[in-house]
Amino acid sequence: MTSTEPEQALSTDVLVIGGGPAGTWAAIKAAQAGADVVLADKGYTGASGATASVGTGIWYVDDVPELREAAMASREALGGFLADRDWMARVLDETHARMDELARTQRYPFPVDVHGRQLRGDLQGPEYMRRQRTRVQRLGVRILDHTPALELLTDADGVISGARALDRTTGETVRIEAGAVVLAAGGCAFKSKTLGCDVNTGDGALLAVEAGAQLSGMEFSNAYAIAPKGTSLTKTAYYSWATFYRADGSLLEGAASKGGRSAIARTLLTESVYARFDRATPDEQRAMRKGQPNTFLVFDRLGIDPFTDLFEITLLAEGTVRGTGGVRIAGRDCSTDVPGLYAAGDTATRELICGGFTGGGSHNAAWAASSGSWAGRGAAAFATGRGRPGRAVRPVGTAGLRPTGAVNLGHREVVTAVQREVLPYDRNYLRHADRLEPALRSLHETWSAVREGLGASGEELFRAREAAAMVAHGRWMYHAALQRTESRGMHKRADRLAQDPAQHHRLLTGGLDEVWSRPEAVQRQLVASGGRAA
Amino acid sequence: MIEIVDPDRCIACDQCIEVCPTRVFDRGPDGVPVIARQDSCQTCFQCEAYCPTDALFVAPLVTAVAPGSRFRDVTELEDSGLLGGYRRELGWGRGRTLGARTAVGPEYPD
Repeated sequence: MTSTEPEQALSTDVLVIGGGPAGTWAAIKAAQAGADVVLADKGYTGASGATASVGTGIWYVDDVPELREAAMASREALGGFLADRDWMARVLDETHARMDELARTQRYPFPVDVHGRQLRGDLQGPEYMRRQRTRVQRLGVRILDHTPALELLTDADGVISGARALDRTTGETVRIEAGAVVLAAGGCAFKSKTLGCDVNTGDGALLAVEAGAQLSGMEFSNAYAIAPKGTSLTKTAYYSWATFYRADGSLLEGAASKGGRSAIARTLLTESVYARFDRATPDEQRAMRKGQPNTFLVFDRLGIDPFTDLFEITLLAEGTVRGTGGVRIAGRDCSTDVPGLYAAGDTATRELICGGFTGGGSHNAAWAASSGSWAGRGAAAFATGRGRPGRAVRPVGTAGLRPTGAVNLGHREVVTAVQREVLPYDRNYLRHADRLEPALRSLHETWSAVREGLGASGEELFRAREAAAMVAHGRWMYHAALQRTESRGMHKRADRLAQDPAQHHRLLTGGLDEVWSRPEAVQRQLVASGGRAA
Repeated sequence: MIEIVDPDRCIACDQCIEVCPTRVFDRGPDGVPVIARQDSCQTCFQCEAYCPTDALFVAPLVTAVAPGSRFRDVTELEDSGLLGGYRRELGWGRGRTLGARTAVGPEYPD
């Protein structure tokens, strides 16, 4: 971290960190509001992250009261009654408007039905995201590709004032001063190889907590997706047509994509599991090929006909990408508990619309478009009112950037240590205090070692930060998971099987060296701007 | 995992170097990209989607294949129709119809 060269410096009104759907919508809305915008992505805006490589449903519901009511009601119980009707209604409205804009302005080629009406319930990731990139460019946003953010900057009053980032193409750091920052850096999938998510290492949550933000719903972080073994193809939806088998060809009782995935996890602890899409009719088989071409890309290359052949499967961790935990949202403009800091997409908690159930697929996509748009507008308004930050701006990054002792640890060994605690099914998925407690202790030890001895220089700097973010994420997850001494939403505790009416609240989590969790006050006050006055 | 950059097809447009989210490629001395950091490949297929000449091939596995694997044999992949398969489905490339326009999946069973 010692540097003698003066850093390259940029100045802007709004800095957006992350160029997936949430980040691009934030950039679009901030630019439309008249703000000067810089968009920095760790990879490449348009190809990077959980959406660009997949097809996804989106929670798009026609503006018909009965349909909207049914859509909102359908998942309240699954989410453990932690979602919020007002936010669901807002997201349905905003998503409707954004998909309309996507069709009109980005000219996204939605399919049409026999009546000539556009079908807007699904999006092809590559097509969606390349159009988002073009739109962002046309609005004059400066895009910085291959530029992972390293740490946030704050002014003397603690107002977020930009970030330091690394230009991977040169190996040099860049300082981006900004009147407000939108964090849209995705969730954390712990480099499990779930499709497109190696870049999703929880950077946004670490940046936010270092600046003083709180997290919410971190116990809802145990999503696992089905994939053919040895592949990255975590397209779970089509397993609705699958039957699951043991190696000897006998039926695996109780296994199902929905409501029977834990049976698959339990079996995988000791033996191989196989699947076959044998419940699809010929018409459905043809539609499946059309609906998700990349699913069949992988099967075709493997030489597997998934409708007739048994193929071995695995479960890959999707952490808070398909879980719902993330940075706590404090205001309707997606402001956080820190002035000048906004959160969107999978970096933010999705409990507001999902409760404790997975936001995977359509809800997360709707949340990304909606929260991104709100955060972009909110950040633009904040930056316009505030002006550019003053002189006393300082970086607030910790682990991986500023080791307290001699550097004696590499990022690879840290990632291995984290994965050992967060990927196994019997720790994260099939939760029990007897296994969560030692796993959390081990992660705390890793964090201590990281604080003291993890460091890097040049291009490796961001790898050290990724590793630090993953350790922090694992600790927040398990701390919250132990605090919630019941089963609710996706968080199922084998030692606490019942839902406890006394725990009908959201859990806030935070802290770096000392991690804490506590119930959110029942009467939540959602004010128009950040929790603390700027 | 990325296995092939075919120098005979490559037009040195740098698209794959740019779009790869994990910076797997470097520009080689002759302008043709080289797979510099294969272990960073996340098997997301984006490089293939953006390659205008189908010069790239991503094997369906997240670990590298053996040297003699059919996933490194560009002629066999071309003959079997696997090369360029993702772009064909996306409808990316001149004269093609965008796949998104007809991407209608089945109704999900309850």
